Amino acid sequence: MAFERKHILGLEELNAEEITLVLDTAESMREVSDRDVKKVPALRGVTVCNLFFEPSTRTRSSFEIAEKRLSADVLNFTTIHSSVVKGETLLDTARNLEAMGASMIVIRHPMSGAPWLLAKELNSSIINAGDGWHEHPSQGLLDLFTIRRLKGRIEGLKVAIVGDILHSRVARSDIWGFTKLGAEVRVVGPPTLIPKYIEDINVKPYYNLEDAIRGVDVVIMLRIQKERQDSEFFPSLREYSRFYGLTREKLKVAAKDVTVMHPGPINRGVELSSDIADGAEAVILEQVSNGIAVRMAMFYLVASARRTS
Amino acid sequence: MADKVVMDSDSVNRTISRIVNQILERNNGADDVVIIGIRTRGVHIAIRIANEIEKLEGIRPEMGTLDITLYRDDLRQKTEWPKVERTEVPFDLDDKKVILVDDVIYTGRTTRAAIEAIMDFGRPSSIQVVTLIDRGHRELPIQPDYTGLKLNTLSSETVRVHLKEADGKDEVVVVK
Repeated sequence: MAFERKHILGLEELNAEEITLVLDTAESMREVSDRDVKKVPALRGVTVCNLFFEPSTRTRSSFEIAEKRLSADVLNFTTIHSSVVKGETLLDTARNLEAMGASMIVIRHPMSGAPWLLAKELNSSIINAGDGWHEHPSQGLLDLFTIRRLKGRIEGLKVAIVGDILHSRVARSDIWGFTKLGAEVRVVGPPTLIPKYIEDINVKPYYNLEDAIRGVDVVIMLRIQKERQDSEFFPSLREYSRFYGLTREKLKVAAKDVTVMHPGPINRGVELSSDIADGAEAVILEQVSNGIAVRMAMFYLVASARRTS
Repeated sequence: MADKVVMDSDSVNRTISRIVNQILERNNGADDVVIIGIRTRGVHIAIRIANEIEKLEGIRPEMGTLDITLYRDDLRQKTEWPKVERTEVPFDLDDKKVILVDDVIYTGRTTRAAIEAIMDFGRPSSIQVVTLIDRGHRELPIQPDYTGLKLNTLSSETVRVHLKEADGKDEVVVVK
């Protein structure tokens, strides 16, 4: 099967076959990172721009390493240093980058849908690195990849996503990815942070952590954004942590070989106790390493679709 | 469509045995020799070479497989990009004698890509190319060190190497 998408905007629009192709390709890409010379010439001569309108260290670095391992030329554009502060529109900024020769743009933006706007208006390939509360496809794909490597499959697994589902683009990409590949997904958190439509997309909501993680194979912890504690979604961080923070005691009800994931950065002692974060169930650093291989696969497949279209 | 069989099962086996002997002769045995097969058919031939070396020398050389997709020189052209398969070279290549195995050598572009890939794994003391069939028409200055059979072919013809492991029987055919 050939990959026919010029852009990767979200997992909602990918089908199971396309997702599996990304994961298979990432499996081959992983080996490049184990070599002496961690570089292959596949994207030589291709200019990729990382256009980040939100602070991000891990995701941006991961994309950059993936680009460099494929021999692409990399241009980093962050808003703090750019003419965006002088009032330039998103589209004008992106058109300028395209005029400088970028043929792929990785974008992170606080507004949901921003990557779609660029995909519609530009000739470049757009890769969504997180848009608002909407999607974060590369994180969803690397979560799938990490679990598939560990458990050998996605189909039939029980997956619980814990925390602020309402504001989480990671949750939404994970929900699409895991359900499309046949896992059963549940979410759990304070009622104020669970979206109303959640059952419409075949996800069961829970409001009690132990109920939600009983017997599950995978627990995905979301970062609780501390800035939200002032916005009345929950009374206090301490209360949130008591009800929804994952501890060794609570984790006992999950499956014996449960895997705990977290997209980072972790608030230790808030959503995740340190003994879990550093424990044998956690694959948080594994996720980070896998992120590079998955992003290399995304670039390779998008570049192939560009070339053949 | 007249298919011409140019090698049958016996001659494939005898040819591989002969190549193994040439490898051992040229390298004074199998010390520091590693075998790397180019996906897909090259890998099967590489395994057979390793098996025979083990039989003759009592030690099994290390084995790797190479997928050259990410090193292709036609990725910037409008061709369909192949799926990237796995490369596995789980050992150090520094100062090793690398026996690089492919089923057919044609333009030389695959071999070029494979050599570039091998260089990214270390600095071998030598790279020696094995091919079961050399069908000519080279576009790059690359020649095999060990050749099973040299064939005069037309560019319009296709050479198919069938191997037991993948196709059920050993046979080389030229398809017009």
